[in-house]
Amino acid sequence: MRYSYYPGCTLKTMAKIYEDTALSTAKALGLNLTEIKEWQCCGALYPLNTEEIFSFFSPVRALLQARAGGEDKLLTLCAGCYNVFKRTNKAVREDGELRRKINDYLEDDYIGEVEVVHYLEVLKNDVGFAFLAERVKKKLTGRKLAPYYGCLLLKPWAEMDLDDVENPTIFENFLTALGATVVDYPYKTECCGSYLSMANEDIASAAVGRILVSAYKNGAEAFVVACPLCKYNLEEYQKELFAAGREPQLKLPVVYFTEILAEALAL
Amino acid sequence: MKRIGVFICWCGSNIAGTVDIDKVAAAAGTMNGVVYVDQNKYTCSEIGQAMIKDAIKEYKLDRVVIAACSPRMHENTFRKTVESAGLNPYYLEIANIREQCSWVHKDKEAGTAKAISLIRTAVAKAAMNEALFAVEMPITRRALVIGGGIAGIQAALDIADTGFEVDLVEREPSLGGRMAQLDKTFPTLDCSACILTPKMVDVAQHEKIRLFTYAEVEKVEGYLGNFTVTIRHRARSVDLQKCTGCGECLAKCPAKVASEFEEGLVQRRAIYTPFPQAVPNKPAIDRAHCRFFTTGKCKVCQKVCPADAIDYEMEDRLLTNGYGAIVVATGFDTHKLNDYGEYAYGKHPDVLTSLEFERLLNASGPTGGKILRPSDGKAPKTVAFIQCVGSRDKAKGNSYCAKICCMYTAKHAILLSEKVPGSKAFVFYIDVRTAGKDYEEFYTRAYEECGASYIKGNVSKVFPEGEKLLVRGVDVLSGALVELLVDMVVLAVSVDARADAKELAKKLAVTVNEHKFFTEAHPKLRPVDTQTAGIFLAGVCQGPKDIPETVAQASAAAVKVAAIFSKQSLLSNPTVAEVEQKLCSGDMSCMAVCPYGAISEQVVEERRGREMVTRKIARVNVALCQGCGACTVACRPGAINLKGFTNQQILAEVDAICL
Amino acid sequence: MKITTDKVNSNLVREVEEVSGQKVSACFQCGKCSGGCPVVLTMDVLPHQVLRYAQLGLVDELLHCKTLWICASCQTCDSRCPRNVDIPKVIEALRLLVLRNKGGNYLHPNDLSEKVRRNAPQQGLVSAFRKFAK
Repeated sequence: MRYSYYPGCTLKTMAKIYEDTALSTAKALGLNLTEIKEWQCCGALYPLNTEEIFSFFSPVRALLQARAGGEDKLLTLCAGCYNVFKRTNKAVREDGELRRKINDYLEDDYIGEVEVVHYLEVLKNDVGFAFLAERVKKKLTGRKLAPYYGCLLLKPWAEMDLDDVENPTIFENFLTALGATVVDYPYKTECCGSYLSMANEDIASAAVGRILVSAYKNGAEAFVVACPLCKYNLEEYQKELFAAGREPQLKLPVVYFTEILAEALAL
Repeated sequence: MKRIGVFICWCGSNIAGTVDIDKVAAAAGTMNGVVYVDQNKYTCSEIGQAMIKDAIKEYKLDRVVIAACSPRMHENTFRKTVESAGLNPYYLEIANIREQCSWVHKDKEAGTAKAISLIRTAVAKAAMNEALFAVEMPITRRALVIGGGIAGIQAALDIADTGFEVDLVEREPSLGGRMAQLDKTFPTLDCSACILTPKMVDVAQHEKIRLFTYAEVEKVEGYLGNFTVTIRHRARSVDLQKCTGCGECLAKCPAKVASEFEEGLVQRRAIYTPFPQAVPNKPAIDRAHCRFFTTGKCKVCQKVCPADAIDYEMEDRLLTNGYGAIVVATGFDTHKLNDYGEYAYGKHPDVLTSLEFERLLNASGPTGGKILRPSDGKAPKTVAFIQCVGSRDKAKGNSYCAKICCMYTAKHAILLSEKVPGSKAFVFYIDVRTAGKDYEEFYTRAYEECGASYIKGNVSKVFPEGEKLLVRGVDVLSGALVELLVDMVVLAVSVDARADAKELAKKLAVTVNEHKFFTEAHPKLRPVDTQTAGIFLAGVCQGPKDIPETVAQASAAAVKVAAIFSKQSLLSNPTVAEVEQKLCSGDMSCMAVCPYGAISEQVVEERRGREMVTRKIARVNVALCQGCGACTVACRPGAINLKGFTNQQILAEVDAICL
Repeated sequence: MKITTDKVNSNLVREVEEVSGQKVSACFQCGKCSGGCPVVLTMDVLPHQVLRYAQLGLVDELLHCKTLWICASCQTCDSRCPRNVDIPKVIEALRLLVLRNKGGNYLHPNDLSEKVRRNAPQQGLVSAFRKFAK
């Protein structure tokens, strides 16, 4: 199975391990990922207004690169990129006026023909969790892992359409396939504070605190994430709360799902 | 030359406000064939009608044009008027200068010009109107009621009490429907079963009612007065004649399945009567779950049955009967909560639907009428009631208000305070709607006397916190955030049309709205009729309503049925399609578009030159034809005409506007 | 705060609706947005109140509220909104009305803490500056 691949800024720097483990596990599972040429930052955020046409250019250019590469699907890892690409693609497909404007600027004719997928989605639909379970070399038996979805993978549901927005199961099924014990807790889809941690740290800290307590109370030993910003927030504020002597006094590791996958595949 | 009279109505200021009546009258006077023009403030009044009759006689009018409101309002009234003056009722023509003119225009000059144009059109058509005559049709004086809930029960009893025969068809093994599941009823708190069960027994014992439970409507043909309906009597596997209802089998059956009647809170057996007061109080075998039918071994019920009533060989039977009228009373489903993960239903056992909570309240329910948490069997001290779950939610649920939830939630809060001393109800609402006799007082009682705290705000999420449930929301009125740790959450689930309502509608040739509720013929003036003559609606299948409204509508439907059956015969609608044999090519395009199945093939013998040839042509069953006219436009050779709306008449109208 | 006919009819409401592409009149004030907001505790005007103020033309009040800088655009609110109102888009429109004015920027590179400079992922930095500065 072949895919175009868009890494995004963070995966080339702060989240190098996310990319490394994604690429090595993909290879081990027989997935062929080709990084697209000439990509830029996707913009990190999908524009939430009717006036910002320029924000669409970078993701559409990347989608055009993917199309030029000849693959049907563009694979993403960072939940932020995934959110931007999936929504941009849907908007281009469905909003004729927007499509016309973007193509006028880019002097091209993109109509949304590339399909945007997340690696988790590929593991579920293209590889199959049953097949994945067979390929596991080191079962994660006894590991109590709390999947943390955050927001960008799932919301807004009408545009992302990855999983049930309130009761998602894709992470759980993935972890189950690896033999881990899945920790169910009601905060797994509650926001970690996102980019507020850059400016309003107290707010992000409070948001993280609630997620930590909920996961811990339900028996979690570690978080599994798909978003570099979620990982940063969960890790940094955990450290901070710990250092400040504030409850909960926890040190729950936060790992990318690809790291866990690499471990299970004994890579 | 026809002698046409034109009568222009002011309709108070409704028409006269935007149409210059004098100008219109002057113009009408110059139209071809018009020999008399008059105007009246209210033509539909007794004086107005008398004026028309007098004018017909005095001026020897033979065609009448009335320029007034929509023919949907008063065409029948005026047809009777001209008939009583000795004219054929179809000599009347209406020019709609209210809905199609004065109400939609502001400019008086333009409105006046348009009114003149509309009248000219009507005059042109009236000149070509032919006398039409209704034919008499016989009536089968037996009614079919579909659905054995309170709506169907009431309709059946009321029809039967007027002396006519009724067949009542119920899909489940027992009568009762949703009302049988309820504990108390608002606003009087009388026991649902206590007022329903006697009616169920009356149905079973009424000499004019035949009760078919475990049966479904398979096929419907025919028309008002003469429907032919095939009913599937599902194999009950229990011989109702032999079974004594002793219940031996129920205790011994080894196969268990979630009880529909108890909303899945407990299990029933594969051979079961849905509830203790069931009518008939005799079981049915649910073959999908019966051990014998699924594995081929068991037959325990047969072994223990002292009456030899178990019959595994029984098969579905299709029986066909004639009916003169049909009442649809198929009720509702509660809204499925698949899209409401935020409320943790199915994740935590103490998050219940309102109908599940109803079963906890009920003395014959799984807890014997005690409110106990499914998780640990303890009485909840704090309960959060969340209203509008699946209602008023155009994103994930029904956009409409389910109407009954505000009242039943108030009832739940009141009953909680009575059954669990020291308990506290929190009711989360968007708006509280209590329009109904004594309803507002009932709601007041919930918060004033029974201590319920009403919080204006839709709960956003329910977090299971160990044994408790954390309910997060906001009090919109104060702007305060709400975080309540409660013992139980009750979701006021919305009311959906039956999942298979559309299929039944298709069988009956009636329509449903976008929410799959059956459509009434007129939202105000014909709320019980459907667009198909002889088929009536009762209860929630037409739209959400409470018990009193359901019963009222059921009785209304019964009167409609009785009114039909009380006639000697029925008069057909004479504005039906008619095939001109020599023009019909026999390609049957008309048959394909006819929504009423009124067109069939007919083989005719014709002389062609010296030879006799046979060929097929279309034939209209005038009893089935509703006069919609679809066939007339589908017919390429123009061989079908709708009487009263012939192609020539329509063209005359077009000419009158355009030329 | 005072509701007046001038305010209710103000052009600002139309501007907010135009920039956001949302109809503020669609909201029937059920509060489900505020109830589920993960960062609502520090907001001075709650999400449902943002819609209410907008409906009544109290846009000036909105342009000065803290809420604009607290919303994380997590889209929990609009994913549960029974009226299909995309509240983060309404808040974004209000934020843009502030940011587009001179001196309207909320976040400057100098404001970043040492920890953020050292460890924060690009994703977070780009997001924050796109939301809080122009």
